[in-house]
Amino acid sequence: MSIGLAHLNCRELVELVTAYIEGDLSSGERKRFDAHLASCDGCTTYVEQMRRTIELTGTLRIDDVPREAEEALLRSFRDWKA
Amino acid sequence: MPELLSPRDAKLVEGLRAGDEEAFMELIGELNPSLLRVARMFVPTAAVAEDVVGETWLAVLNGIDRFEGRSSLKTWIFRILTNTAKTRGERERRSVPFSALDTDDGGFEPAVERSRFTGTGHWAVLPRAWPEDRLLAKETLSVVERAIERLPPSQRTVITLRDVEGWTADEVRNALELSETNQRVLLHRARAKVRHALEQYLSEEQ
Repeated sequence: MSIGLAHLNCRELVELVTAYIEGDLSSGERKRFDAHLASCDGCTTYVEQMRRTIELTGTLRIDDVPREAEEALLRSFRDWKA
Repeated sequence: MPELLSPRDAKLVEGLRAGDEEAFMELIGELNPSLLRVARMFVPTAAVAEDVVGETWLAVLNGIDRFEGRSSLKTWIFRILTNTAKTRGERERRSVPFSALDTDDGGFEPAVERSRFTGTGHWAVLPRAWPEDRLLAKETLSVVERAIERLPPSQRTVITLRDVEGWTADEVRNALELSETNQRVLLHRARAKVRHALEQYLSEEQ
């Protein structure tokens, strides 16, 4: 991922948020990102909202395997063993 | 078993080889929902996905004696799944018009609508801080759930595996055979859309 030289505008920054959060930016990119955040309330809010979004997504429950499906698999396991 | 296999994996492999039901059910409980979700990316219906997953488990059992532990058990099982699902997906596609993984790799999708920025790329309308009390309400969680359901299959799968199930980027890349960049782009688009749905919802009057 490459971004312009010294300047990073808000429209560009929002596209780098995942790379930023994942720790995938180069150290130069990261510095530009942090410098922009330090002087931009809008982007600070945006990054914070992305973090909250990830947290909230993390609290979703995964649907369990339906009981019948599990039993069907168990039957095929017994057949396989036999 | 080579030493890189975790003690838990080694135990599960041993259990499967010995025909131990408990080991098998433990794996089913852990992996089946994700297997179904990933299978669904390649095939047109939930019923076919179930078929593919059943076939995958059978292939796992039949192949377990040959499993050499060069990757984690989970990675190995997902490789079998993606191969099975792809083959099946291609066969199904001949009769049913369907496109899976390739539905959303065309073109650039901005994380935030262009209209939110000025001509020089700065916020025209600043994002507003979210009200904490509403963010934590139960209804808000269902907004997240619905937003994820509406995503294209590849984005939905990546965000579910990463952010709901807590897989690492590498695990997802291996299971779905994605490049580092693709994995990140799919995750980014998915998260941006969920954030957008939250923003819409939280800006509505109560």
